Amino acid sequence: MGKNILVWIEQFRGQPASPSWEGLGLARRLSETLGGQVYACLFGDGVQELAQEAIAYGADQVLLADDATLADFRLEPYAALLAHLAREHEAEVILIGATFRGRDLGPAVAVDLDTGCVADCTALELADGQLVATRPIYAGKLLSTCRVPERRPAVFTTRPRAFPKPEPDAARSGQVVAVAPLLGEDQVASRVTGFLETEGGVNLADAAIIVSGGRGVGGPEGFAPVRDLAQALNAALGASRAAVDAGWIPYEHQVGQTGKTVSPDLYVACGISGAIQHQAGMRTSKVIVAVNKDAEAPIFQLAHYGIVGDLFKVVPAVTAALKEKLG
Amino acid sequence: MHIVVCTKQTPDSAAKLAVDDAGHVSWGDSPIVINPWDEYAVEEALLLKDRIDGDVQVVVISMGPEEALEALKHAIAMGCDRAIRIWDEAFAGSDTLATSYVLARAIEKIGDVGMVLFGKSAIDSQTGQVAVAVARRLGFSPLTNVIKIAEIDGASMTAERLLEEGRQVVQAPLPAVVGTTKGINEPRYPSFMGIRKATRAEYPLWTAGDIGAAADKVGAAGSGVRWERIFAPPAREGSAEIVAADTVEESARILVDKLLAEKVI
Repeated sequence: MGKNILVWIEQFRGQPASPSWEGLGLARRLSETLGGQVYACLFGDGVQELAQEAIAYGADQVLLADDATLADFRLEPYAALLAHLAREHEAEVILIGATFRGRDLGPAVAVDLDTGCVADCTALELADGQLVATRPIYAGKLLSTCRVPERRPAVFTTRPRAFPKPEPDAARSGQVVAVAPLLGEDQVASRVTGFLETEGGVNLADAAIIVSGGRGVGGPEGFAPVRDLAQALNAALGASRAAVDAGWIPYEHQVGQTGKTVSPDLYVACGISGAIQHQAGMRTSKVIVAVNKDAEAPIFQLAHYGIVGDLFKVVPAVTAALKEKLG
Repeated sequence: MHIVVCTKQTPDSAAKLAVDDAGHVSWGDSPIVINPWDEYAVEEALLLKDRIDGDVQVVVISMGPEEALEALKHAIAMGCDRAIRIWDEAFAGSDTLATSYVLARAIEKIGDVGMVLFGKSAIDSQTGQVAVAVARRLGFSPLTNVIKIAEIDGASMTAERLLEEGRQVVQAPLPAVVGTTKGINEPRYPSFMGIRKATRAEYPLWTAGDIGAAADKVGAAGSGVRWERIFAPPAREGSAEIVAADTVEESARILVDKLLAEKVI
């Protein structure tokens, strides 16, 4: 008998989160060796449409819990149900995207199942029949490898964009199985009473391109050219700690050791000197571009391409060149 | 009511780290400090003490060997009422599963706990898992990534939590575990009086026996995760290719061409 893998499918208001598909792609590859079924665990209210998508991304079976108690992510009903499904399907491995929600769900499920949860993995490989995870520590200054040697299932939260997102295959077939929530509304103490949208919608972890501004932008208005470039690239807007601490832009935008860790395809640092704490948050970006007036700034040691100059001249010129090339 | 703050000691965030072939991490002459994220938790506990009616005491705890005293002293200097260090040789090698067990037992022993506060994660091991695991073990309301506590009384609280898409507003009963994040407050610097108080304060030690910890629940025996190897990531080769044409416009065009060639735009 093969070893089953459970993948938690995260969604917000019916919109799936990419790390879930990345997790399904990973599960498919692992199942070639482990030989078991890949189960997608999809919880929400009115989310049945995502079940077919989960199959297209690699699930053999979708365990669909569609219920009003699961409309908003709340740890208590989600963790209880996921732990229950893991027991029922004798899971060997549980994969959860290391998003805000996933990083709560993983350790909670691990406590329920009295097992280990390896946080924020950037690689996961099979070695002598066991999964060995690589994860950054000390803000990425060092790496470590971890495994869950004895207890089962082994739980891993996987860093967004660290694993490739598979191409969906609409021809794949799979089964959708309805499951009931484990907790009734009267058994859940917390209530979600509202949701405040972030200004400009900042989802840095998921972004393929990030354009960030730092101390060099000089003030809240100085972000205008940085914003324009971000818009032209359809990129998320980031910031360094200096810019956030100065009150020029909200904390949600901060990249770095005390902000978000990101690894986009392209990271453009405008007026950011590149302190080690900032580098910690963006060093795994595929291509890094730096614009800074100080040729000695440490960011140029990390960047792949750089322009030395006044960002208020260079950044608008890049935006213009982009519009010219891309039409 | 007790408000408990859980802290950890870490090397300073600016420390230059080295790792030897055996995986031992060293940080030169950089100091051991309170985990920077935990300062937000301590500050929030002190602010909450003023917001909640009645007799509230802020207790700071840390599970760790003697170096953990640094974290406790800093928290006392900031204004916490008392400190407890929790350590036993048997706790060495604990992962987050075992650590959460030890902290949960200690919190139960403190008793009459309305809130437990944590920093976002420790800047060394960086798992961010212990707060949720403690909440799960104790059956307390789990509220992580809290950037604002909008309302609080002796029985319930309303908090704003950071998620990818925005801020979730959650109402939950006490007792609660609150994982704080940057932006929730501006941690105070210890005052001169605070530092003197920290020097004179007592730092009692609770061992496995004191908290009634079972041997098979702590240390390596109580852990799910085994750490195998710690190593430095491969260094990035060379420095940036500087684009410098005659005019800014020309440099910008060349840069865009390069990015198109890299297929990242």
